[in-house]
Amino acid sequence: MIFEGLSEKLQNTFSKLKGKGKLNEKDVNAAMREVKMALLEADVNFKIVKDFINRVKERSIGDEVLESLTPGQHVIKIVRDELTRLMGETQSKIEFGSKPPTVIMMAGLQGAGKTTTCGKLALHLKKQGKRPLMVACDIYRPAAINQLETVGKGVDVPVFSMGDKEKPVNIAKAALEHARKNGNDVMIIDTAGRLHIDTDLMDELRQIDRELNPNEKLLVVDSMTGQDAVNVAKEFNESLEITGVILTKLDGDTRGGAALSIRGVTNKPIKFVGMGEKLDELEAFHPDRMASRILGMGDMLSLIEKAEASIDQKKAKELQEKMRTQQFTFEDFLEQLEQIKNMGSIGDMLNMIPGMGGKQMKNLQVDEKELVYIEAIIQSMTPDERVNPSIINGSRRKRIAAGSGTTVQRVNKLIKQFEQTRKMMKQFGNMDKLKKKGKMNMPFFG
Amino acid sequence: MLKDWFSGKNEEETKDEKNELSKEEDQGTGGFFGRLKEGLTKTKKGITDRVDDLVKSYTKIDEDLFEELEEILISADIGVNTTMEVIDDLRERVKENKVTDPGEIKGLLKAILIEVLEEIAEPQLNIGTKPSLIMVVGVNGVGKTTSIGKIAHHLKKEGKNVLLAAGDTFRAGAIDQLKIWGDRSEIDVIAHAEGSDSAAVIYDAIHAAKSRKMDVLICDTAGRLHNKKNLMNELGKVFKIVNREWEGLAMESLLVVDATTGQNAIQQAKVFKEVTKISGLVLTKLDGTAKGGIVIALSRELKIPVKLIGVGEKIDDLQPFDPKAFVDALFDDGK
Repeated sequence: MIFEGLSEKLQNTFSKLKGKGKLNEKDVNAAMREVKMALLEADVNFKIVKDFINRVKERSIGDEVLESLTPGQHVIKIVRDELTRLMGETQSKIEFGSKPPTVIMMAGLQGAGKTTTCGKLALHLKKQGKRPLMVACDIYRPAAINQLETVGKGVDVPVFSMGDKEKPVNIAKAALEHARKNGNDVMIIDTAGRLHIDTDLMDELRQIDRELNPNEKLLVVDSMTGQDAVNVAKEFNESLEITGVILTKLDGDTRGGAALSIRGVTNKPIKFVGMGEKLDELEAFHPDRMASRILGMGDMLSLIEKAEASIDQKKAKELQEKMRTQQFTFEDFLEQLEQIKNMGSIGDMLNMIPGMGGKQMKNLQVDEKELVYIEAIIQSMTPDERVNPSIINGSRRKRIAAGSGTTVQRVNKLIKQFEQTRKMMKQFGNMDKLKKKGKMNMPFFG
Repeated sequence: MLKDWFSGKNEEETKDEKNELSKEEDQGTGGFFGRLKEGLTKTKKGITDRVDDLVKSYTKIDEDLFEELEEILISADIGVNTTMEVIDDLRERVKENKVTDPGEIKGLLKAILIEVLEEIAEPQLNIGTKPSLIMVVGVNGVGKTTSIGKIAHHLKKEGKNVLLAAGDTFRAGAIDQLKIWGDRSEIDVIAHAEGSDSAAVIYDAIHAAKSRKMDVLICDTAGRLHNKKNLMNELGKVFKIVNREWEGLAMESLLVVDATTGQNAIQQAKVFKEVTKISGLVLTKLDGTAKGGIVIALSRELKIPVKLIGVGEKIDDLQPFDPKAFVDALFDDGK
């Protein structure tokens, strides 16, 4: 609920954007200001934000607005698409070498979660049938080796260590021998956390890199990182030419803009995300989810997606015409119900609409069963009755109630609501206005 | 080029204001403050150079200048809201004081930031009773255990009897890590086995501290993300016991925040404050390139004072937080 404020702000911006057709510069600029704020609040580096906004602006102005969306939503759709594209693909694969053992080196700042991630990755590989070995090369942090050993026990993966007196590069070299002898086809090297500007320690990593030529060099980054993420990622990438990124602590509530910053400066794939303290909580990275999360209005985006996919444009237009001329019938309503059902549960939909999620809606429970009743009642009507509800008299009502397994009261209620709605629809004139009121052609609920 | 702001007269002036923690280190120009300066130099370069460049490129104060200043603050993780407020404030002061020279704008901006921090500044650790208690909390990987090692070392050097409690019973190796820090300063550590009840360890340590007549007890806790309800409840339970057992005695509850952290730190602080009544912050990892600007947002929005800063991995790399020095270091122009 932290981001409710933002979603509301965006909703307000959207409601100001009126008119259909092509997006004009004014619409775009208004929306971009909010997007810029959203990205900055999400900790995306301000330079990356600037570039990004310019790109989206260029793409948006003059773009045809999709029928099912408001101009504001359409801008957000472009933002989301662009963000997802920038985030890369789902690529949670480790590149294995042609000759075992495959060497994976972990690197990152202090406290990013390297040691825990080593264990998670080892477990992940073990589940794939590999025989991993973990190598304790963090000789600086007190008890780091103990930690890796405990983690190793937790996932039942052997740990190679030589204490904290030997140089990390020598430990890594000895581990390689050990792995070969013992049939370990993957070795994961845990390294000490270090600052990207610490030249001595960065040299140490380069040494390991030179001597062992790892197949994967993974930068482990805390997803809560702020503006500095660009500096960290840039330096590590320049020193080591990393092959990928693992984003940790994503089970927190950070918006995780660092992900975009890191992609922006390294263009390396984000391979995995850490989703919890347990050792099996390593997940594949999903660019679309991350894009939504950074924008802080993910649910609204899924709503746009669903609306795009489910609403048949032509039918919607016909319906709009019918509403205007008060020719809307039970037949049309049934069709609409089908479409709504395709979009998922009503409760879900309501929650997805920014400003409607959270407190205000908590007490409002939409009874999904109600939908089933309505459907049954309409299906028990004759085609004539559906088109012309005024002919439904007392005995017809009894028949419909019996046919649908409901009561006459329920049938009465539906017909009454239907008549009221028809009148209301005429007053509103067109669907857009209804949509903006958040009523979404669903006057029967609530 | 860079002004040595702890040398000469400056040093004499700042000396009296320093927290007792640093008294010993205050003597030389190297050591403690040398390292702080070293650490902050990197921090400093970012903002200072950019403000200087920016100011030079402007001949008058206009909206573009404000907008660019905005960006600079945001790039230091100060956050959009706080930045807006600070810039609005700056705009007003420029108007009030009829400032027309872009060169003066940095001084004004600095003054505003110092005010934000000084308004709530409280550099002294509240450890006036015998025994006193320091609880250390925070999310994972911010440097809680390391900070405890450093704080303990300083207090010990001041002649205090210190006891540590290994309250992080969850993370693999955490207990050993604290024990190693304890060994380095010859300080006892009360510990149970890994996986045991954190509240029980701390309860034992409280009674040990009282019966052994210690000066200060410092309790480590497991790192936990603030949005994990059950983990926060568990911490709440620990604090319930602590509050009951420690009634009437001095207590600090320090939230450790990683300077690299972005806007999420605000949420962290909010939630931890609710559960543990945070009395101060320890800002760690200031020796990197991260600017730690989030503390300005934390000071402004949540009124939690920064008490200590971590500027390196060595046992001495801990500093009392001095708002003026912090902002000066960000903006020092070598004059």
